Amino acid sequence: MIKYVIKRLFLAVLTVFIICLITFFLMHAIPGGPFNKEKALSEATIAALNARYNLDKPLWQQFILYMDNFLHGYLGVSLKNGREISAIIGESFPISARLGLLAMAVALLLGTVFGSTAALMRNKLPDRLIVFFSTLFTAVPSFILATLLLLLFCIKFPIIQVWSANKINYLLPVIALAAYPTAYITRLSKTSMLDALSQDYIRTARAKGVSKFLMIFKHALRNSLIPVITYAGPQIAYIITGSMVIETIFTIGGLGSKFVTAITNRDYTMIMATTIFLATLVVIANLVCDLLYKLVDPRIQFD
Amino acid sequence: MDKEPSFKKNPLSLQIDLSKFSQESFAPATEEEKRQQDVMGESTTFFKDGMRKLFRNPLAVMSIIFICLILLVIIFAPMVVPYKYEEILSVEGRRDKGAKNLAPFTYSELEQKYIENGGTRFPHIFGTDEMCRDYFIRVVYGTRVSFFIGLFAAIIVLIIGMLYGSISGYLGGKVDLIMMRIVDIIYSLPDMLMIILLSVVLQETLQFPSGTFLARLGTSMVSLFIVFGLLYWVGMARLIRGQILSIKENEYILAARSIGAKPGRIIRKHILPNCLSVIIISTALQIPSAIFTESFLSFVGIGVKAPMPSLGSLANAAREGLQSYPYKLVFPAVMICLIVLSLNLLGDGLRDAFDPKLKR
Repeated sequence: MIKYVIKRLFLAVLTVFIICLITFFLMHAIPGGPFNKEKALSEATIAALNARYNLDKPLWQQFILYMDNFLHGYLGVSLKNGREISAIIGESFPISARLGLLAMAVALLLGTVFGSTAALMRNKLPDRLIVFFSTLFTAVPSFILATLLLLLFCIKFPIIQVWSANKINYLLPVIALAAYPTAYITRLSKTSMLDALSQDYIRTARAKGVSKFLMIFKHALRNSLIPVITYAGPQIAYIITGSMVIETIFTIGGLGSKFVTAITNRDYTMIMATTIFLATLVVIANLVCDLLYKLVDPRIQFD
Repeated sequence: MDKEPSFKKNPLSLQIDLSKFSQESFAPATEEEKRQQDVMGESTTFFKDGMRKLFRNPLAVMSIIFICLILLVIIFAPMVVPYKYEEILSVEGRRDKGAKNLAPFTYSELEQKYIENGGTRFPHIFGTDEMCRDYFIRVVYGTRVSFFIGLFAAIIVLIIGMLYGSISGYLGGKVDLIMMRIVDIIYSLPDMLMIILLSVVLQETLQFPSGTFLARLGTSMVSLFIVFGLLYWVGMARLIRGQILSIKENEYILAARSIGAKPGRIIRKHILPNCLSVIIISTALQIPSAIFTESFLSFVGIGVKAPMPSLGSLANAAREGLQSYPYKLVFPAVMICLIVLSLNLLGDGLRDAFDPKLKR
């Protein structure tokens, strides 16, 4: 177990390092420096600016400096508004995190409930309905759903107020973001629940007179949750990218919409810093999920 | 055989007691009995059997029909509709400024006058967009672009993944270990972020001579393919390596080898057909995921180049006038959903037909 944890930790650190490496060198492959503005600056100014931001040093030294700063939590300055990126992330990430976690919680809860219901009422009407909608919603991209929701509930039938000055209404964004993972988890937990219900230990439990409630919740559901947990880790990455467009559509000032703005503005330092930040987050989430998975299911072998 | 056996038969012996059989038992078979040996049903191959199962699945058949319909429309509609996707509408050489944001099946004032004077005008089936372009043909081209990207990306992923996976699976040992560690690292990179990053950078750095096919496609599309080629093959490589490894260990391979089958025959007859179903299924499921990715990128604004439409960029453009022209969102949105849905259902059908064991 410890050997496995160390191996996974090593791999995670290596991945983050490679992400930093790729991001750094890709950003430096873009022609034109950060000081190429419409107004031409004098040679001396550019030299001074380059010296100020260590851009006159060789590339590998710049990379080491960047990594040093990164490890100290300093991510540089936005090219467009001159603010410190760590400050921007600090104020906008909590909004994105809240949106993402809410969506994830909704997806996990509804997905397992729907999936188990479908498995328990196999081939009856609720099962058919659940299968129909889960198949449908795995084919709807989140940004389409978000725009359709916006069209339906804010423009055609203005029931829900999305845009308000100080309070963010999370209802529609969470629905849009959670729809796809909910549908996927529903399908996943249905198959795994059916699988669990056909196991010998369920028959044994039934034979010794365990109540249906206990049988489902203690024996079947717990085992059927294992694939759902494996799925939840990589899902963090989906939630992050999904929330980018959702935040843009619903004009929520989270990190996702900041990232999209940075892309359209070609704000390279911001793109770089946000990519590294989010990628690290994804890697950590995957690591935690993988370790949890091994912890939950002792049958898994450590290779 | 006429003679009685001279020894007494052990009651526990399984040896056939010939005394129990009469003379007739050894008579040659009659014509009727011979006919019982005839094979009535034709023997099916693996592929035929799978196809039969596939065509029994109503959902899969429906998606096949739908996909064929879409393909027909995107191939033939540009020949029938006299408008081009980048063409700003004009009537007899005059720019039609009134043809902005027309509703489906309506004409602008200029066009109405033209029709009253005896001219014929092809209807704007989906109306027009904010730049006076026929919206139907734009949606058709958008679908074309999305389909093309999905197919091409799936092929790229298939080729790279298959080569890498089979080399790793065949060679095994140290080479396999190193190759799989590389796959592990690429696998743990967050793909969407890397795609965004690469597309942003490649758009700035890639330059194609104008007029070539690549230039028409736009740097963002090419960078999308590069990204698919760089990142998305890992899943396929893993899958194929795993398949080859597990198939190699099967008893029937051992049996084939023991009766002296040559490696070429084993690969052709035993390993390949068993891999093929997995390869077909995952390639089919790769297409909708590529379409998803493309529409997402176009929506963020790093997809196809401006005059060229894609379903994602059309949906994004429709957000501007959402209040007044909601149908402009509905057409591309419904199109994406239907395409992805039917491809998903087809992929599921293929999986059920060709490999019931495989679960996602």
